Amino acid sequence: MDLSLDVTERNGYTVLAVHGEVDVYTAPRLRERLVELVSQGKHQIVVDLEGVDFLDSTGLGVLVGGLKRLRSHDGDLTLVCTQQRILKVFEITGLTKVFAIHDSVEAATAG
Amino acid sequence: MTAPEPAPGSDPIELEIPARAEFVALARLVVSSLASARREIADDRIDDLKLAVSEACTNAIEAHGAGEVDERVLLRWWEGDDRLRVSVEDQGSGFDPQRLRDHPPVTDPERLNFERGLGIPLIRTLVDEVDFTPSQRGTRVSLVMYCGPAEPDLEP
Repeated sequence: MDLSLDVTERNGYTVLAVHGEVDVYTAPRLRERLVELVSQGKHQIVVDLEGVDFLDSTGLGVLVGGLKRLRSHDGDLTLVCTQQRILKVFEITGLTKVFAIHDSVEAATAG
Repeated sequence: MTAPEPAPGSDPIELEIPARAEFVALARLVVSSLASARREIADDRIDDLKLAVSEACTNAIEAHGAGEVDERVLLRWWEGDDRLRVSVEDQGSGFDPQRLRDHPPVTDPERLNFERGLGIPLIRTLVDEVDFTPSQRGTRVSLVMYCGPAEPDLEP
């Protein structure tokens, strides 16, 4: 199992594409990467979850933490996700009301 | 919610993993493979079971804290006629799920202060029965999922 994190810039947004499984073992790497991006002044972050095979509550916690950190800088963290099994985790926990979730990176970076 | 005891005479399959984060993926893999190989069960239910087991293993590992290197988490798998039952048992000092703090509503800005504690609500939603019991070792979480019958050709 592995987690890969790829950062690209698009239309003034920083897109963090996540591939692999996000769980208690790999989530700390996602957290570190988000913290690093925020400390570099990247305050509009789109996390692309389309390549994620598995996401559990540890991963949700990291995303919530990232959103909180960005909002304290007047920034935002939005998501790209169309996979039903991943969306379901956000729905069950009520986090669909907390995150803006887009269908594509294009839509997420259009504003 | 009480998970019934498995049918008499059904011997569990057991998997014991070190109580370390890198082994949770292995537990997920084994559980989803067992479910898909042996049962008539929809893919999305396998995903539910996999996530519930993963959450239970994560809690079990966190119960050990930084932990002794030789601590273990024990998974047991039983098959009933119409259900699967998976238990996850740790050797930690235990916790009381009844004493978990309630989170503020998701629309409350305070909600963002809760980065943890989402695992137990997830487990409760994903499986049909869940039961937390103190065991001799630590805490045992039993998960039950209702599903179709075992594939006859695969019966031992």
